[in-house]
Amino acid sequence: MGDALGEGFIRRLFNRWTLFAAMAALVAVVLENNYYLSLLNFIGIHAILVVGLNLLMGYGGQISLGHAAFFGLGAYTSGILTASYGVNPWLALIAGLIVCGIAAFLIGVPALKLHGYYLAMATLGFGIIVYIVLNEALPWTGGPSGLSGIPSLSLGGLKLDTPWRLYFLIWLTVWAILLISANLVDSRTGRALRALHDSEAAARSLGVDTARLKLQVFIWSALYASLAGSLYAHTLNFVAPASFGFMFSIKLVTMVVLGGMASIWGSLLGAAVLTVLPELLAVFHDYETIVFGAILMVVMIFLPRGLVRGILDLRELRKYKREGVR
Amino acid sequence: MLLDLQGISLSFGGVQALDDVSLSVPSGAIKAVIGPNGAGKTTLFNLVSGFLQPQEGRIFFKGEEIQGQPAHVLAARGIGRTFQLVQLFDHMTVLENVMVGCHRRGRAGLLAGALRLPWTFPEEKDIRRWAWEALEFVGLTNRAHHFAAVLPLGLKRLLEIARALAAQPTILLLDEPASGLDAVETERLRDMILALRDQGITILLVEHDMSLTMDVAEEIAVLNYGRLIADGPPRAIQKHPEVIAAYLGTDWQA
Repeated sequence: MGDALGEGFIRRLFNRWTLFAAMAALVAVVLENNYYLSLLNFIGIHAILVVGLNLLMGYGGQISLGHAAFFGLGAYTSGILTASYGVNPWLALIAGLIVCGIAAFLIGVPALKLHGYYLAMATLGFGIIVYIVLNEALPWTGGPSGLSGIPSLSLGGLKLDTPWRLYFLIWLTVWAILLISANLVDSRTGRALRALHDSEAAARSLGVDTARLKLQVFIWSALYASLAGSLYAHTLNFVAPASFGFMFSIKLVTMVVLGGMASIWGSLLGAAVLTVLPELLAVFHDYETIVFGAILMVVMIFLPRGLVRGILDLRELRKYKREGVR
Repeated sequence: MLLDLQGISLSFGGVQALDDVSLSVPSGAIKAVIGPNGAGKTTLFNLVSGFLQPQEGRIFFKGEEIQGQPAHVLAARGIGRTFQLVQLFDHMTVLENVMVGCHRRGRAGLLAGALRLPWTFPEEKDIRRWAWEALEFVGLTNRAHHFAAVLPLGLKRLLEIARALAAQPTILLLDEPASGLDAVETERLRDMILALRDQGITILLVEHDMSLTMDVAEEIAVLNYGRLIADGPPRAIQKHPEVIAAYLGTDWQA
């Protein structure tokens, strides 16, 4: 019954997670090419961002158009504290989380009290403000030319300064983030979150404090972005405002939509595809944006629920037809 | 009195949705609110469940004033409801829908759920069991793992009741639970409402199906254009001249 099914689910999940870890480890052993490894590292960093945004967008039904700003806040908090003040990178990472958590709280409290798309508007404004501050606060951020000299992370005396070493840190983090997020979605709070997306009225009628829950998940997704930002700063050892502008926020939203709203594994795919694509399309130079847009349009028209869900839907449909349900 | 409304008024723009309505629901009773479309029945439900606030008047639940409190707080205090237009969580399974119903009986927060802290396991197990029991009550266990969206309307209404029950309400507000149901399903609903009453749950019912209403309700309140025109046992309501006038042309036993 219900319990036997629950156990089966945990077993299946366990296999899926170990398989993913094994695959990631295998990739590291096989790949020696630094270019591919650093590409994978950026996919990992983007994946953390996209999973967080997907929890907010795909599961919670709230849109953030300023996620690049939280990414930037995390990156710059880590960068400034370590490069200019010599703070321990791990402590700086925690400081970034605190800064982003507070920022998300301050934006979320007023914006989420209102219904509709106020959060999208508020985060859009926030993203622009952060972008301007990063450009203008020269003494701290280094302005448009960026902030260099950010030290690498180190783990027990081992400096994580090669793509290969960083790969392990980043993908271990990705693994943990995916696991935590899948847990969340399947927990009491996660169910309430998915419920409010489908019917806020019904969720409230069952005792779900929807305003509080939306705020919580908004802060939670900002924390993911901050974590990704800190990893980014220590991976590149350099940050510049251009990486954290409005276009990157849009790109993150696109990754969520492409991979599939409300799909944890889709987020990983969305991040991978849209990180690799510009690299492949770099040869086209002038046509990059056009090809990019065309691919997006095709996916949105034919697989509106994203790549992963779209393929699952097709399978589901076949199953229904076979079983004669509906 | 479990629920007591005193002099409730509410208008939307120029429309007087409710005009000085007072009515009460005794503990353990089945009370129905009837009236033509637009009489203010759903507005009344929205007021009691905290989705709307009255402009005038006071609402007492278990002897305490509750107007001004938000819906989720009232839900936690024991006011459960269903919706006239079924409001299910379409992208969740039937079982998950009812598990959300158990929300207020659990404690695990975002962090505890994300980290799967050990103490959340027994709670999850309980929630699953409670949800399963509610599904058993309405006879939907064979659909537990289907998505809510694919259920036919009759089963959707049952699922909504199961979900509301999972929250262990003291009073359950049913907003036209029989609309869209066929004769067999309506019969089942009737038995279910009586069974709930026998379990000690107070029922407040809005319903257009007169035979069902007359059958189960111990008291009936009649609203017309936002005014309460009658309140009493079914037999008295059927003979009430104002009620007959308001319903002129409609078939009572339909």
